[in-house]
Amino acid sequence: MIDWGAIFGNAAVELISPTTAAYALAALGLAIHFGYTGLLNFGQAGFMALGAYGYAISILTFGFPVWGAVLVGIGASVVFAIVLGVPTLRLRADYLAIVTIAAAEIVRLLFTTNTFNSVTGSANGLSGYKTEFAALNPIPDGTYGFGPFEYNAYDWWLRIVAWSVVILACLLTWQLMRSPWGRVIKGIREDEDAVRALGKNVYSYKMQSLILGGVFGTLAGMIFALPRAVVPSNYQTSLTFFIYAILLLGGAATILGPVIGSMIFWVLLSFFSGFIARAVEAGWLPFMSSIQAGQLRFILVGVAIMLIVVFRPQGIFGNKKELAFVK
Amino acid sequence: MSSNIVPTSKPVKSTGLHIGAAEPGCAKRDPILVADKVSRSFGGLKAVDVDHLEVPRGAITALIGPNGAGKTTLFNLLTGFDKPDTGTWTFEGRSLGGVPAYKVARMGQVRTFQLTKALGLLTVMDNMLLGAKGQDGESLVKSVLPFLWRGQETANEAKALELLTRFKLDTKKNDYAASLSGGQRKLLEMARALMSDPTLVMLDEPMAGVNPALTQSLLDHVLNLKSEGMSVLFVEHDMHMVRHIADWVVVMAEGRVVAEGDPYEVMQNQAVIDAYLGKHHDEDLGEDTENVEAMKELLDDEL
Repeated sequence: MIDWGAIFGNAAVELISPTTAAYALAALGLAIHFGYTGLLNFGQAGFMALGAYGYAISILTFGFPVWGAVLVGIGASVVFAIVLGVPTLRLRADYLAIVTIAAAEIVRLLFTTNTFNSVTGSANGLSGYKTEFAALNPIPDGTYGFGPFEYNAYDWWLRIVAWSVVILACLLTWQLMRSPWGRVIKGIREDEDAVRALGKNVYSYKMQSLILGGVFGTLAGMIFALPRAVVPSNYQTSLTFFIYAILLLGGAATILGPVIGSMIFWVLLSFFSGFIARAVEAGWLPFMSSIQAGQLRFILVGVAIMLIVVFRPQGIFGNKKELAFVK
Repeated sequence: MSSNIVPTSKPVKSTGLHIGAAEPGCAKRDPILVADKVSRSFGGLKAVDVDHLEVPRGAITALIGPNGAGKTTLFNLLTGFDKPDTGTWTFEGRSLGGVPAYKVARMGQVRTFQLTKALGLLTVMDNMLLGAKGQDGESLVKSVLPFLWRGQETANEAKALELLTRFKLDTKKNDYAASLSGGQRKLLEMARALMSDPTLVMLDEPMAGVNPALTQSLLDHVLNLKSEGMSVLFVEHDMHMVRHIADWVVVMAEGRVVAEGDPYEVMQNQAVIDAYLGKHHDEDLGEDTENVEAMKELLDDEL
């Protein structure tokens, strides 16, 4: 028989997993880009890769402390944003989409190539950069928690740090978007020429937005890397598309949307994966091998997301009023 | 649509704006905007080729001309939205060559657009607040510290509400701008431009697509700008409106300024008639209803 308790338990674990936090933070960065400013950034995976590699390389190759490694990652993504923004932000939105998707692939391939094997570990990636972060852990050794949420001290430390960063980023974004700065940003989304005619330096605002959302992506990349190894194949274009799916699921121009969207995405993914694997074992799906079953979960998550988008196109937290008008 | 508009009061016309004969490029007593040898080509087409143009201060200047005369292109050049191939132009004595559009706007020369650019998914109030100049809260660093900009914001809101009341949009202040009618969007765009306390307001076809009832209130608002000491330059096709409110008319055709003068005299000018009807309008070349209609309006109109 199917062990429903284990399936729901495993799904519930995803609610507060560091990976969920990382996706939420990356989606929040995209919300700033796409939802609030109207910038079509398809290179969020590139920003995340820079965060993960910036952090890992700083610690492994240069022996930086944690804060130094974080700063290196942030610095790398600021430079990346400027390099992307200078030529494209003066052009129409579609150019940014093309350039970012290509630039993110360039970043990934640079980390994959054998030429820099000694620093990047090429296709095998990097690992063994967690001791510095674990050393900062103030929680005494042992296991804490209840039910499915039972972790050792390191795992709790990682979760607390990850979600604290997400909460701080949400508060910052919330404050920014209710300020005059956010008003200018949203005005640019609607019509940048009108905003220009009112005396605002649109180019500079778009650059600030690109950098800010990119830094969120970079921090997300670091959180994403901490529970696992840094492998270049994790940072493919599909990562960006998953993050877009999360963003649209939650609501593009919302603060909580990316967070709740990420939770729903990962809980659904874990639930379907557990359910299908056990259903195949139990012989409920005789036409299917367990390898095929592993792929089916993405199809089911896709269907679930489609249903949400069809019946709630503004996303979970989006404003229905905004959809009443066609732009 | 325009012939049934009854002006609420006869506007006071400014006279004696020019020095010497009223001819293309004539000098003004107190010019606010001066353009010299401004030209712009699109491929082989010379869209704008203006030798000399002065826009008088404290008056309402109309820029008219047939379709394709280069009026909007000249507008874009003067406001920094497009760069000319040659030429210099100054605003209040300061050169505007190479100055980006947003800096031009900060100097006090604010424009509106032919196709209204209301920011649809912002509320009417947010649209207005966006117009205010020098806001501390628009800096990324200061925006996270509300106590630095709260006072300024409150003052701007009061000012915006006053303007919205004047433009009869105050009841709509919390609605999305996308829910406004076309005419209301024109009003909002004009009100938003006024938030920055401009010295020169440039209106690109303010009456296009506005119903007659709103046209009258828009006309009154434009006249109010002048009585408040602002200078106005506007592009318009509606001859009645031009004659009704303009103190000075500049006529463009094929990129050049072909005539200038006060609105009554300029429309008798042979160059203007040629511009609208073609040089050979006495000869029968078949139907050209649009321009003939426009010209009939010009000639038959009595205020």
